[in-house]
Amino acid sequence: MRIVVCVKYVPDATGDRRFADDTTTDREGVDGLLSELDEYGVEQALRIAEANEGAEVTVLTVGPDDAKDALRKALSMGADKAVHVNDDDVHGSDVIATSAILAAALTRTGFDLVVCGMASTDGTMGVLPALLAERLDIPQATLLSEVAVTGTTVTGRRDGDAASEQVRAALPAVISVTDQSGEARYPSFKGIMAAKKKPVTSLDLDDLDIDADTVGLTGAWTKVEQITARPARTKGTIVTDEGDGGKQLATFLADQKFI
Amino acid sequence: MSEILVLVDHADGQIRKPALELLTLARRLGTPAAVVLGAGDSAPAIAAKAAEYGAATVHTADADEFTTQLVVPKVDALTQIAKALNPAAILITSSGEGKEIAARTALRLGSGIITDAVDLEPGDNGPVATQSVFAASYQVKSTVTHGAPVITVKPNAVAPEPAPAAGTVESVTVALTGNAATVTARTPRVSSGRPELTEAAIVVSGGRGVGAADGFTVVEDLADALGAAVGASRAAVDAGWYPHTNQVGQTGKQVSPQLYIAAGISGAIQHRAGMQTSKTIVAVNKDPEAPIFDLVDYGVVGDLFTVLPQLTGEVKARKG
Ligand SMILES: Cc1cc2nc3c(=O)[nH]c(=O)nc-3n(C[C@H](O)[C@H](O)[C@H](O)COP(=O)(O)OP(=O)(O)OC[C@H]3O[C@@H](n4cnc5c(N)ncnc54)[C@H](O)[C@@H]3O)c2cc1C
Ligand SMILES: Cc1cc2nc3c(=O)[nH]c(=O)nc-3n(C[C@H](O)[C@H](O)[C@H](O)COP(=O)(O)OP(=O)(O)OC[C@H]3O[C@@H](n4cnc5c(N)ncnc54)[C@H](O)[C@@H]3O)c2cc1C
Repeated sequence: MRIVVCVKYVPDATGDRRFADDTTTDREGVDGLLSELDEYGVEQALRIAEANEGAEVTVLTVGPDDAKDALRKALSMGADKAVHVNDDDVHGSDVIATSAILAAALTRTGFDLVVCGMASTDGTMGVLPALLAERLDIPQATLLSEVAVTGTTVTGRRDGDAASEQVRAALPAVISVTDQSGEARYPSFKGIMAAKKKPVTSLDLDDLDIDADTVGLTGAWTKVEQITARPARTKGTIVTDEGDGGKQLATFLADQKFI
Repeated sequence: MSEILVLVDHADGQIRKPALELLTLARRLGTPAAVVLGAGDSAPAIAAKAAEYGAATVHTADADEFTTQLVVPKVDALTQIAKALNPAAILITSSGEGKEIAARTALRLGSGIITDAVDLEPGDNGPVATQSVFAASYQVKSTVTHGAPVITVKPNAVAPEPAPAAGTVESVTVALTGNAATVTARTPRVSSGRPELTEAAIVVSGGRGVGAADGFTVVEDLADALGAAVGASRAAVDAGWYPHTNQVGQTGKQVSPQLYIAAGISGAIQHRAGMQTSKTIVAVNKDPEAPIFDLVDYGVVGDLFTVLPQLTGEVKARKG
C-alpha cells in the first residue's frame, strides 16, 4: 500500500505572523515548522503502515526551500521518503491552485491512500482534502477522529456538529484526521539520524506539466484587497479578589447590561 | 436583482440560526434563493422560515444519499441548482461539512472560494468578504475574481433580521455522481439543553484550572444563571473533563459571543484563535501574569472556586 501524507510548512503560531508587501503570508522572515495538525496525519499514516504489511509512507509538501524542514521532521518521525514541490511561481497560490499542484504531484507519485491534516494552522481553510478528492475522483473520508485500514477499505469516525458518523470508503481514497485521532510520536534520536539518509525528490511545475500562469498570485481566483492589523484590545480593568471579586464582577456585568 | 444562493443548514427538522444569518447577509448582495437539502417532511416548515428571512425562492431536494453518503451528494445538488440559476454568489455556513461542500462546488463551477468570512458587503467587483486571520490578529478583505464567488460565513457574523419574501418552493430532482464515502452509522448528538456554543450570546468556559470533571459544576452553574453556553479549553477536553464538542479554539469551535468568560484558562494562542473576536471578554485566573489578562475588558485575579459561585449568587439575586 502506497500511503502519501500531505504536510504543510507554516509560520510558527506562537511567533510573530505577518503578511509580506504583496499580501501573501510572510514565510521568509519568520520561524516556520511542520504544521502541528499535520503531525497527526503523519502519525496515523505510520500507524496504518505498521498495521499493514508492506506499506510505504511518502510525505509530500508544496512550499518554499525551508519547507524541507517540515519534510525532515516527518521523515524523522518514521516516514520512508519525501517529495518536495518547490517552484518560485507557486508563491501566492490560492487553495484552488494548491490543490491542482498537489493532485498532479500525487498522480505522479502514485498512491492508494492520501492522508491530510484537518486544516493548516495558517490558512485554516480545512478544504484541501475535499478538493483533492474532487480532482482525483476518489472518495473523501475526512475529519476523522478514529481511523483504520483493513485490506482495501478505510473506516473511521467523523464527529460533526449534528452527529457522530461511522464512515467507510474503498481505496484509493483521501482521508483527513483531527487532533483527536491520537498523540503524534516524538522523533527518536535514531529516527533523526536515519532521516538524513532518506530520499527527498524535488519537483517543479514543469515536472508536473503545470502552466505557471495557472498558479501563484497571477493564477489565483481570489484576491486580497486589504489587510489591517487588528488594534490591540484596550487594557481592561483587573482587580484582585479580596473576598468580593465575584461581586465586583457582577457589578461590571450589570453595568454592561449582561444582568 | 441577481440571485444569491444560500445553502440552508438544518438539524432535527429545524432551520439553524446561522442559515438565518446567511439569508440576512444575502439580502445585502441581491435576492436570496435558498437551497434546502434532505429535509424530508420538514422541508415546508424550513422553507417557510427561509421565506420569512428573505428567500424569494426555495429549492428543495430529497435523496437518501444526503445522509447515507458523505458530502458528494450535497455537492451534486448544489452544483446542479447553481448551474440552472447562475447566481451572483453562493453562501454556505462555515462548518466542517459546509466548507467541504463549498470547496468541491467551487471547483466544479470554476469559482474561487473564500472561507470563514466574518462579514460581507457588496463591492464594485462582487462581494467583499472580511476574514479574521492569524488568531484574529489581522482583518483581511478579499474578493473572488473567477466565477460566481463561493463564500463560507462563520456563525454570528450578523444578527438575523426577518424580511418576508415569497419563498416559492421548487422541488428539484438531483442526478448523483457517486464516488463518495458511505455513512454506515449515525449517532445524533444529544443536546445539553443549553444554548448552542457557536450561537450563544454568552459563553462561560473552563480550563485546566477547573481541576477535575466535577469542577465544571461551578462553570455550568454560572452558565445556567446567565443563560449561557459552556465551553472548555483543549487542556480540559484532553483531560476528559468536558466533551470535545464544547472545545473552544483553533481545533474546536470558534465563538464570537457578546460576552466570553474564561475561568482557569491561561489564554494560549490556539485558545485565543477561537474567542478573541468576542465583544466583551472577562477572565478569572489565579495567576496575575496569565496572558488571558492581556485580552480582557475585566479580569479578576483569584480562585475560580470562590469567585464563580459568588458571581453566580449575585446574578441570581439581581435577576430575582
Ligand atoms: C490567513 C489565510 C487565509 C487564506 N484564505 C484563503 C481563501 O479564503 N481562499 C483561498 O483560495 N486561499 C486562501 N488562502 C491561501 C491558502 O491557505 C493556500 O492556498 C493553502 O495552500 C491551502 O489552504 P490551507 O492552508 O488553508 O489548507 P487546508 O485546507 O486548511 O489544509 C488541509 C490539509 O491539506 C494539506 N495541505 C495544505 N496545504 C498544503 C501544502 N502546501 N503542501 C502539502 N499539503 C498541504 C495538509 O495536510 C493540511 O492539513 C489563505 C491563506 C492564509 C494564510
Ligand atoms: C495545533 C494545536 C491546536 C490547539 N487547539 C486548541 C484549541 O482549539 N483550544 C484550546 O483551548 N487549546 C488548543 N491548543 C492547546 C493550547 O496550546 C493550550 O495548551 C491550552 O489552551 C491550554 O489550556 P488551559 O488554558 O486550560 O490550560 P493551562 O495553560 O494549563 O492554564 C490553566 C490556567 O488556569 C489557572 N488556574 C489554575 N487553577 C486555578 C484556580 N483554582 N482558579 C483560577 N485559575 C486557576 C492557571 O493559573 C493557568 O493560567 C492547541 C494546541 C496546538 C498545538
